[in-house]
Formats: sequence, C-alpha cells, structure tokens
Amino acid sequence: MIKTKINFKLNGEEKIIYVDPLKRLIDILRDDFKLTGTKEGCGEGECGACSVLINNKLVNSCLVTSSLIEGKEIITIEGYSKTEKFNILKNSFEETGSVQCGFCTPGMILASEYLLSNNSHPKEEEIREALEGNLCRCTGYNAIVDAVMKASITGDGLW
Amino acid sequence: MDNISIPVRRIDFDEKIAGKAKYTQDLHFEHMLYAKTLRSEFPCAKINSIEIPEIPKGYFIVDSKDIPHKNIVPIVYDDQPFFAEDKVNYVGEPILLVVGPDKTIILNILKNIKVNYTVLKPILNIKESEKLNKICAEYEITKGDFDSAVKNYSYIVEDEFNTGYQEHIYLETQSMIGHYDGDCVTVYGSMQCPYFIHNSLKQALNYSDDAIRVVQLPTGGAFGGKEEYPSLIGVHAALASIKAKKPVQLVFDRQEDIICSTKRHPSIINIKSYINDENIIVAREINIKIDAGAYAGLSNVVLQRIAFASSGAYNIPNLKIHAVAFFTNNIVTGAFRGFGGCQAIFAIEMHMENIANKLNMDSLELKNKYFLKKGDSSSTSGLFNYDIKLNQIAERIEQMSLYNKKREKFKENTEKLQGIGISIIMHGCGFTGNGEKSVIHTKARLKKNKDNTIEIYTAAAEMGQGVLTTLRKIVATTLDIPIENIKINYPDTLICPDSGPTVASRTIMIVGKLLKDIAEEMKKRWAEEEFEIIKEYKYPQNLSWDNDNLKGNANPEYSWGANAVEVEIDPITYESTIKGIWAVYDIGNAIDERIAKGQIEGGIIQGLGYGKLEVLQVKDGFIQQCNLTNYIIPSSTDFPKIESELISNPFDEGPFGARGMGELTIVGAAPAYALAVQNALNKKISRIPVTQEYIMELMNDKN
Repeated sequence: MIKTKINFKLNGEEKIIYVDPLKRLIDILRDDFKLTGTKEGCGEGECGACSVLINNKLVNSCLVTSSLIEGKEIITIEGYSKTEKFNILKNSFEETGSVQCGFCTPGMILASEYLLSNNSHPKEEEIREALEGNLCRCTGYNAIVDAVMKASITGDGLW
Repeated sequence: MDNISIPVRRIDFDEKIAGKAKYTQDLHFEHMLYAKTLRSEFPCAKINSIEIPEIPKGYFIVDSKDIPHKNIVPIVYDDQPFFAEDKVNYVGEPILLVVGPDKTIILNILKNIKVNYTVLKPILNIKESEKLNKICAEYEITKGDFDSAVKNYSYIVEDEFNTGYQEHIYLETQSMIGHYDGDCVTVYGSMQCPYFIHNSLKQALNYSDDAIRVVQLPTGGAFGGKEEYPSLIGVHAALASIKAKKPVQLVFDRQEDIICSTKRHPSIINIKSYINDENIIVAREINIKIDAGAYAGLSNVVLQRIAFASSGAYNIPNLKIHAVAFFTNNIVTGAFRGFGGCQAIFAIEMHMENIANKLNMDSLELKNKYFLKKGDSSSTSGLFNYDIKLNQIAERIEQMSLYNKKREKFKENTEKLQGIGISIIMHGCGFTGNGEKSVIHTKARLKKNKDNTIEIYTAAAEMGQGVLTTLRKIVATTLDIPIENIKINYPDTLICPDSGPTVASRTIMIVGKLLKDIAEEMKKRWAEEEFEIIKEYKYPQNLSWDNDNLKGNANPEYSWGANAVEVEIDPITYESTIKGIWAVYDIGNAIDERIAKGQIEGGIIQGLGYGKLEVLQVKDGFIQQCNLTNYIIPSSTDFPKIESELISNPFDEGPFGARGMGELTIVGAAPAYALAVQNALNKKISRIPVTQEYIMELMNDKN
C-alpha cells in the first residue's frame, strides 16, 4: 500500500504521519492517536457523532480522508475539553440535563462551539439549525438547545 | 438529602461530556481481533453448501459447528439459532463470522465466501402468514359478559388501524467484545440485560457459571434494541474469542445494524365498540395482528402488552380481545420502548375520537366518562388498587394546551389548516403477567465498608436513562448519607446478583424498591463496621395473576399521562408543522426531576418520530431504508419545545413513591399528533406514520 506523508496539527501539536491517502480521519484519530472521544455512529456523515473541527470548521471526520488534512489544524473533544469555553458548555450541559447515553455528546459540544464561535448570541432557531447535523436519540434536543443558549449567556465575551 | 426529586449531577456526566467514557468500540485489548458476520441474502432459502476460500494464517471462520452445546438463543421459544445451519429465514440472518486482525482482509475473505442456496418461497406479510396459519402466539382475553352485552347495542363504531416498523437508532450500534482467557469467557458490551447474555452463553457453551462473565460497558442508547438482540451477538463474540484464543471485537456498522437488529412490530388493529341507545359504550371487541418476523423472540410478550393495553385508559365493562402474532420471513421484531403500548394506545385513542365524532361530542368529554379509577378492573379483570388521577391529568393538559378553545377556533378558521389532538396514556410498569412474581427473582446486594462508604450491586444497566444516578440517590437518601459515599458501577455478573433485565419500566419501581428495603435494614445495623446484605424482591401481596386464563393484575402497577400536540398543515406542500407539544404525567414521584424530564422529552420526540417521520418498509423481505440518509429520525429542527408537568401521586409500593416512566413517555406522542392532523384535515387517519405523502393522499381524496 502506498503511504503518504501528512503534516497536520492535532489539538495544538504538530504531527507527521505516514498513511494510506484514503484512510478516514476518524480512523486516524481513533486508531493511530487513540482519541476515542470521536465516535462512529453511522460512517456516512449523517449522525455527527464523529464531528471534529478542521481549521475551526465543523466536519464529520468519517467523510474526510487523510490527504485532505495536510497542513490543517484539527481539534477533537480531547483538545477542546482543555479550554475555558468547554467548561462553560460543560456546566450548561450539566444544568440542563443534556447528557444521557453520551454517545452524541462530544460531537454536540463541538457543534455548539462551532455555532458560538460564529454567532456568540444565537436565537433558538439558529441553535436548532446549527445542531441539525448532530443526531441525538435520547434527549429530544430541547435540553441541548437550552444548554447552548445558557452557555451563550454565561460565556458572554468568551466567544 | 431532603427532597429526593431535586436533581443531582449524574455520576457518568464528567466522563461522557469530555469524551472519556469508553464504549465498546473504544476499548482495545492487546492482540484484539475483529469479527464480521456473513449474513443471509434471502428471506427464505435452504443452504446447500458454503464454499470457503483459503484463509490466511491468523484468520478464522466461526459458525454453528463451533457451538459446543445448543445452537438456540434462549428467549421465550426455542426457535432461533445463534448461527443458521441448513436454512435461512430472514435477510440478514447470521451464518458465520470471519475473524482476524485486519479489517480489510476480513472483508475480502467475506467477499470470497460463496453460499449455495436453494431459494424458497418466503412469507412476506401478515396476510400471507394468516392464510398459511403460521401463528407464533395467540391470546384471547374476555372481560365481563361480552356476548350478553352485545345483544343490546343500537350501533357499532368500527375502525381499523395500521402501524409501521420502527428502528431504535441508538447512536451507538450493536457492539460486543469476547475475551477468553483459557478458563473463563468474558463478554463486554453494549447491552440492557447482562444476565440474558449470561444465560445465552451458558446455553451455547455449557460452561459452569463461574466460567462465564458479562460486563456492561457505557452503552450509547438502547430503547429495547439491546434487550434480547445482544444475546445473539454476545455469544458470537464469545465463540470467536474461544476459537481464536484472543479477544475479539464485533461492532456493527449502521447499515448492518438496521438490516439485522430487531424492530418495533408492525400491527393491524381492528376495534369495534358497541354503543347502546343511550350512547353508552357497552362492549368492545378488539382484533390485533402483529408481524413477529422469522423467529418468535419476544413477540408473545409484546402481543400480550398490546392486548392488555388495547382498550386504553378506559373502563369498558365487556371486552373481547383476540390477538395473534404471525411468523413471516421478515426481520425479527422485538423489544422497543413502549413494547406494544405504542400500537395499542395509538389505535384506541384514534378510535375514541372517532366515537366522539359520531356522537357529536368532544373527545375529551367522552374519554372522561370512561376514565379508569381506583377500584375499577383492567382489561384482564385485575383490580386497580391505587389512585388514578386521570381527571386531574386531563384537566391540566387541557389548561396547558388550551385545547377546548383551540378546537373551537381551528374549526372556525377555514383559512388555515390547524388542529390539536390529545391522547390519554397508560403504561404498565414492571414485567407483565408472572414476570415479577415468579419468573425473575430480583436480587440486589449492598455492602457497607469500614469507612462508611456503600457499594451497590445490581444488574441494572445504564443506557442513558440515568439509572446509576437514580439508584445511588435512592440508597443515599434512605441511609441519609452524602451521595458521594455511594459507589455504583456498570453491572458485572461476576460481582452483581441478577436483579433482572433493565426493561419494562421496572428498574426504579422494582430494583429501586428492593435497594430501599435493603438500605433500611442496613440503617438499622449501621453500628456494624463492615457487612453486606443480599435480598430478593418481595412481590406485593395484593396482586394476583392467572397465567393460563390471562386474568388478574397484568402488571404490578401503571403510570398515567396525557399528551397534546398542535399542528398546522401547509395546503400546498402538505407539510405538517408541529406548533406546540404539551405533556402531563403521573409517575408517582420523580426520583430526579431532571432525569425524569430527560425521559419525557426524549420519549416524546422518539414517539413523534414514530408517528410522523420514521418510515421503514420491507419489500420482498428486504428492508428498504437501510441507513440514516433514508431512515429519518428527528433532528433538532423537527419539533418545538415541550411543556411538561408531573402530577404528584406517590405510590406506596415504589421507592419514595416512584413508579415506572421510561416507556410511558413514548406511547402517547404518535396518537396526539395523528389526532391533531385528523382534526386539522377533518379526515380519518388510519395509519402511522402520518407523513407528508400520507397527508397529500388524504387531502386529495375527495370522499
């Protein structure tokens, strides 16, 4: 198998890997870097459980091949959970009861970050639209929508 | 803790929010191999031979020949093999596993295996099965004196309803790891019922109890889909590990999961109400047919639940209920949150509305006349021993949703197609029939340590519903000690007694009550430094059940509620938009209000998915919607916020007054929505899901 050299930044650290250019980013994260906070729920870009940030954009990592991450900066839940913004979201997710089975949660957190970084005080409809690509089968979404709204208030000035 | 209902931080919150919780797909044992399943390509076929290519070193084929004992999944009936041998009975039935270190090579091996089939004629639906008399289970329930009662009716209102399949779509697909160390085989995985898998391993392997261990891992949703199905694949993973002498991980991809895991039963429900000249419903006859799929699974139990609930939350003195589950060559249907309640409550709520329309009265007023109350008897003639507050529930849902006012207003406003519907809900908590009394011997263990910390041991699985937190709360509150002093973990059969499966809205009411009783005893002996107590659940003495005649208390207790949904329909696009959702429930007392709210909101949205969006069709035995692109579940934009309330009605036999709630929350959503659409269009709805296409069909039907 031909392996390609890929340079990229992962959670703030420079990385060089030699991989199959068609290897999926989700597999690189989970298998090569043991970053298992990125979950596989469907493998076809529908559920959002594998959401990561690539150059601050929300992306389903199951649809991204290794060749597409050359020179890019990737943030996963493991990196993001070290930030102050994460703590704001963590608290609001706790207060509203936004975590049940937890499988969609890392993706939801990153989707919330992506929304807030582009729109620091979203309206309810804007939150719903921003989370549309992240499926949750436990909560019915309302708690999560409230959590993002809450975070936008308590985290005023951070985003 | 003073008031148990005040929310606390979930014990699993911190690891889940940071992505640190290790689900089965995240766990990696040293030298772990992977397994992938070869599945039937036909709904019904004889296997003549299987040609297996040369397998590279380190790779294995695992099939029925590797089962040292019985090739039958122990569920209710002995009909389903772990691996098909000479015949396949549904598309996706497992035939063998390919096991090895490299996933790509595994897929290549699978591709090169050739199964030579003789294709047989499949049974494709209930109608075909009925003609051939392929009955999986059949029940007849009578109450009162049906035959005499129907002599004096003046007219009949009759309806027939169809309900579709529903797929669970737990976000984490079915996943297991088998780990054999030479003495003991351990199965780690995503599951609801560790002891179901334990029993299955015993049946397949004939190992002694201490050579079998099942450990639940963080489970990414279940909803009934991880009740009986993991018994099959837990054994697969174990067999693979025993053969390969290495840990083996078996994780389904989404398409595979949708194709071969169990589904909610499609149903055909016919209801006839006999009404006398004073406009009183004197008797009711109900005929229920469900598609069990290729194997019995839990279909007989689901069928019982549909039958028991089919007359709804109403006291009709004379009943005749006939219920049949039919075998087909479709996907095996099984447990799904609601467990028959969804089909039953949908049908009866639509039917009650149709009676009200016929009588030219408001449906809520009609329903009110028949509401069950304490002292009435159920469809199985069991006495309702405790207060039923349906009047209060109905009054509150009306106030919250402004139902009466809106129904009037929407009738007058002809410019917009608006409608509102209310469903009245009941759901049995705990196992049906003899389950809690004599089938499951619910045991739990509490241990007090020298440092005054307490350890809880039960088989209650945490699948997102918060059970590790609520059970912990029950023990902490009973002992009146800080919750931090209570240790609880995911169940492990090595150390946890069998407290029964985590199903049937039973855990809080049954296991929680048992833990409370044990904790009370522990409190009395608190001065002792270190000790443990194991106890078995005591079935309440005021309940009885005759399993041969299906008479008595079909469930230990019931929970109650009402849902209201308001819709607006676009006459050009036929799109229905939900404008409001209201819910009132009586769950006795909430062990944690925030966790209860989570169940309410998740259950209602899943129920609205069932009633509005989730289309799953089977054509010639093949499921037509096999991924999340075409099997549509609710997203964040589909439904608005839910306004919900709990009615306080503490239940004497439950811990801190609590009754079951997990399933109650799903059963009323679909009928409330369907009634809202029916009222908006002034056209009878006779099936769910009520999709845009179905609305178009109704609006274009000029009759």
